[in-house]
Amino acid sequence: MSRTGVGWYRHWISFQTIFVKEILRFTRIWVQTILPSVITTTLYFVIFGRLIGDRIGTMGGLDYLDFIVPGLVLMGVITNAYSNVVSSFYSSKFSRYIEELLVSPAPNWVILAGYVAGGVARGLVVGLAVMLVAMIFTEIRIHSVAVTLLVITMTAVLFALGGFINAIYANSFDDISIVPTFVLTPLTYLGGVFYSIELLPGFWQGVSLANPVLYMVNAFRYGLQGVSDIPVGIAFGIIAIFILVLCAFSLYLLRRGVGIKT
Amino acid sequence: MPALDVQQLTKTYKGGFQALKGIDLTVEEGDFFALLGPNGAGKSTFIGILASLVNKTGGSVRVFGEDQDRTPELVKSFIGLVPQEFNFNLFLPVVEVVVNQAGYYGIPRREARVRAERYLRQLDLWDRRDTEMRKLSGGLKRRLMIARALVHEPRLLILDEPTAGVDIEIRRSMWTFLRELNAGGTTIILTTHYLEEAESLCRNIAIINHGEIAERTSILALLNRLHTETFVLNLKGRLSELPQLGGFVLQHLDDCTLEVEMSREHTINGLFEALSRNGIEVISLRNKQNRLERLFLEMVDRRSGTGWSSSDAAVAPDAAREVIA
Repeated sequence: MSRTGVGWYRHWISFQTIFVKEILRFTRIWVQTILPSVITTTLYFVIFGRLIGDRIGTMGGLDYLDFIVPGLVLMGVITNAYSNVVSSFYSSKFSRYIEELLVSPAPNWVILAGYVAGGVARGLVVGLAVMLVAMIFTEIRIHSVAVTLLVITMTAVLFALGGFINAIYANSFDDISIVPTFVLTPLTYLGGVFYSIELLPGFWQGVSLANPVLYMVNAFRYGLQGVSDIPVGIAFGIIAIFILVLCAFSLYLLRRGVGIKT
Repeated sequence: MPALDVQQLTKTYKGGFQALKGIDLTVEEGDFFALLGPNGAGKSTFIGILASLVNKTGGSVRVFGEDQDRTPELVKSFIGLVPQEFNFNLFLPVVEVVVNQAGYYGIPRREARVRAERYLRQLDLWDRRDTEMRKLSGGLKRRLMIARALVHEPRLLILDEPTAGVDIEIRRSMWTFLRELNAGGTTIILTTHYLEEAESLCRNIAIINHGEIAERTSILALLNRLHTETFVLNLKGRLSELPQLGGFVLQHLDDCTLEVEMSREHTINGLFEALSRNGIEVISLRNKQNRLERLFLEMVDRRSGTGWSSSDAAVAPDAAREVIA
């Protein structure tokens, strides 16, 4: 390999290899990776949307079922983008086949991009599946395709990065379930998936604004239905800042070899 | 241009353990080089640094003239690593492991499949290409690690105990394969438990002990340092009394087995003549201990003052063989 041979094309091949490997991984075990989210959200639609939702009436100017659609879709995206990267990268650490990548000339940013893209792919596949389930229960009209796609992709990128950092620090399989259970789930449930923050007293509205998931859910709700508790521009800005910070931190960890080199 | 040029390489782990204390080592292009040392000597740390799996504390590593710090991607592309421990995704089929590895090195999938087939065939794994990794035996996994390390056609192949735990037949076939690879121009650095392997395959040798290079020479030069050799003779008849053979030190192991220590001034022919004169017939003979192993143990013992000594090995050579490297 010459000096010029180490170029963008080779990086692209490396990225493609990691990305395809990740897609094959979660599609091979789709019963464990795709199906659970579809079943869970179907239950949400049946119970909260149909059975309870009909008694609630409207929320934020929308039928309750329509109101929870964006949050449930995004919840599937967040959980799956995160889980895919955290479990795949941690497994590669645990079984030491991460060394296959570390000895190769694939630069750190390519390794990160490959794993994150894999997480985003799974997040989007689940998001699409949940959206299809939602269409059984209600009519879905997309207010802005661009905003919808951008928010869902950025959200998946952000949580895939979060999963990557979790995997870097994890020392056991228990460590990869702590963050989803104690951080991700509360943030998602309190992120305006099932209610509008206008229902909350002033103090708790302020607290809610510190939750990044709130911005994602509202921006996504705007993309789908044209309504949001938060100005969409601010939501995009906040998601972008989180992505940049987590991306820089992930690359720093890889460069230092934290959790993967001695 | 040397294949490997390491200068003042140091590694201190968290907690203060100094695994490498300023290693200087050069390996010429095309060499088949043995890197030996007792457990904990620093070999794996050294190899880990070369392969970018361990962060060095200080010093420099140049591979075919390229500095590891300045052009890390190029240096990585020159090196193929066969690690000591299995490091596979156990749920992938054999061929995918090799094809993916090629992909990480930037080799397009079509070309990767061609190369995977070539190396899997060479290592007699092609028939198992669709078998999941977890279903392979230890020997097959070892061979697969070689195929995986070769798929990007490295100029420097580093093998960390590649034949550990494999049966004699597979070990011999791997030796043949590695000799052919080296003859084709690939520089090879080998660490091994089996000093017979190093003696048989390698031209040059370095011995690491306590994080330092204790010796760096050619195998021939090292073997020439042996002043005496000890042979074990199986006799045709029983021998009740030890004969007096001038220049040879004899020891009775049992009625039918004789141990003979001879200095370099004497020859095997001379020994047999002397035995014949005394009416002693020999069915077979063997070295009491691998020659390189004996030198290795003497050297490690002399420099460390601890651990296994050559006399330990003389008493229990097989046990000693298990703990070295």
